Amino acid sequence: MATAYDIAIKQERSEKDGGTPVIAVENLRKTFGSHMVLNGISLSVNRGETVAVLGRSGTGKSVLLRIIIGLETPDSGSVCIYSQNIVGLALDRMGEIRKRMGFLFQHAALYDSLTIAENVAFPLVHHRKEMSRSERGERVKQLLAEVGMEGDFGKMPSNISGGMQKRVGLARALALEPEILLLDEPTAGLDPISSGEIDDLILKLQRERQMASIVVTHDLHSARTIANRLALLDKGNVVIEGTFEDLQQSDIGFVEDFLKLS
Amino acid sequence: MLMNTAASSAAGLVEGFFEWFGNLGIFFWQVLRAAVTPPYEWRELIHQLDEVGSKSFPVVVMAGSAIGVIISLEARYSLSRFGAKSMFPATLVYSVIQVMGPIITGLVVSGRVGAGISAELASMKVTEQIDAIEASAINPYRLLAATRILACILMLPLLTLVSDACGLLMGWFAQTLVEPLSFHQFIQDGFKGATFSSFLPQTFKTAVYGLIIGLIACFQGMRTRGGAEGVGRAATNSVVLASLFVILADVVLVKFILVVFP
Repeated sequence: MATAYDIAIKQERSEKDGGTPVIAVENLRKTFGSHMVLNGISLSVNRGETVAVLGRSGTGKSVLLRIIIGLETPDSGSVCIYSQNIVGLALDRMGEIRKRMGFLFQHAALYDSLTIAENVAFPLVHHRKEMSRSERGERVKQLLAEVGMEGDFGKMPSNISGGMQKRVGLARALALEPEILLLDEPTAGLDPISSGEIDDLILKLQRERQMASIVVTHDLHSARTIANRLALLDKGNVVIEGTFEDLQQSDIGFVEDFLKLS
Repeated sequence: MLMNTAASSAAGLVEGFFEWFGNLGIFFWQVLRAAVTPPYEWRELIHQLDEVGSKSFPVVVMAGSAIGVIISLEARYSLSRFGAKSMFPATLVYSVIQVMGPIITGLVVSGRVGAGISAELASMKVTEQIDAIEASAINPYRLLAATRILACILMLPLLTLVSDACGLLMGWFAQTLVEPLSFHQFIQDGFKGATFSSFLPQTFKTAVYGLIIGLIACFQGMRTRGGAEGVGRAATNSVVLASLFVILADVVLVKFILVVFP
């Protein structure tokens, strides 16, 4: 079984081959009113790499993900997806790029008037028009099986737990076979067993599909398990970026406090 | 001091007023652009035609019937006083079709459909479901707003015809209970000398009401912030503003129709 380390080696090789980052965030700034959320943050993610973004609540981790997928517009800076700057891109043009991305929302954001199966089928209905109804059904079954939800097709989102909603959200995010996966607190509020299962699933996807992923999390254990690199945010900027060992060896006060208290 | 405070609040109100109109204009442009470019959301449009049309049918039938009875009672009493009872059929027909039918249908639909659309979209907005649609590379202006606005535009004239028919039928029925009058005679006298231009512009002007109701409901819903309170506020504002603008539009449209179809 390939580990995060093996994947990091592969990614390193890809970089040596001259591969450009899949996601490249440069000097990003964002304020809400007088509150500066992101203060010149830069981050890049390569193919097959998972970067965990850690930090205290309100340091702009979720805002960073929302800017990368184009749901928020930064005040300045650039976000390049496959070398294409997406800042200020028209909605339909952005749509073409979003087809290559999967996004798991913090609270799953499932469509509450649709069943679980319909939720997962939603992107397929709109973007895989060539698929027949039975092909789509098979694909939905397969996606739900991947996240361990094969028996709950007809249930409504309100009738399943938060952890199950996250799994369904993940299945929906994977429906279009994205090359980029953005996960906003995938294990928040889950019991340790469910958290571990989600982590295993992310590792499996990383191994099989070589996606570029950014995972926003507070869960240091999860970040250590699934990520090749960790980026610790404070006051809207990256304080330190590297492996878990790099963070452990750091003598920056904030990093030491964060690791001690996590 | 007091003058300064009053001046600054007045300036704030004026600024808010123009900001609202400016944002509404931008929203309308985005919806229009999304509506005329493929892919077209036929399935959602049909669903919305059912939501706006079929489900408003009972309430429009009841409102139209009540208006017919009220006009019948009032007209009979007033015309009798002036010895003009023979004018009853024409008075009822013209009052219902030219004046009351369209405006009452507009106001009833504004209450039922406007509040429904606005609350639905507002709820989707605060639970990030609209963001999830956008993150799935689907244009929410096309899927959610354009379909609902178009459904309102198409269904309002049809619902007005239903309301008019019910108003005439019940108005005649109320008259017949007091003083028997054959339906054939009633229709013949009521429509004597009438041309298509006497009634069609009055009926089809309600498409403009549909645009106003759909546009304001979608706009208020999709810009909601602030949880359950925001959802309630969006629904209330939508009904109040849509009803107000329907009445104001009627003033302009009546004059316009009188000038164009003298």
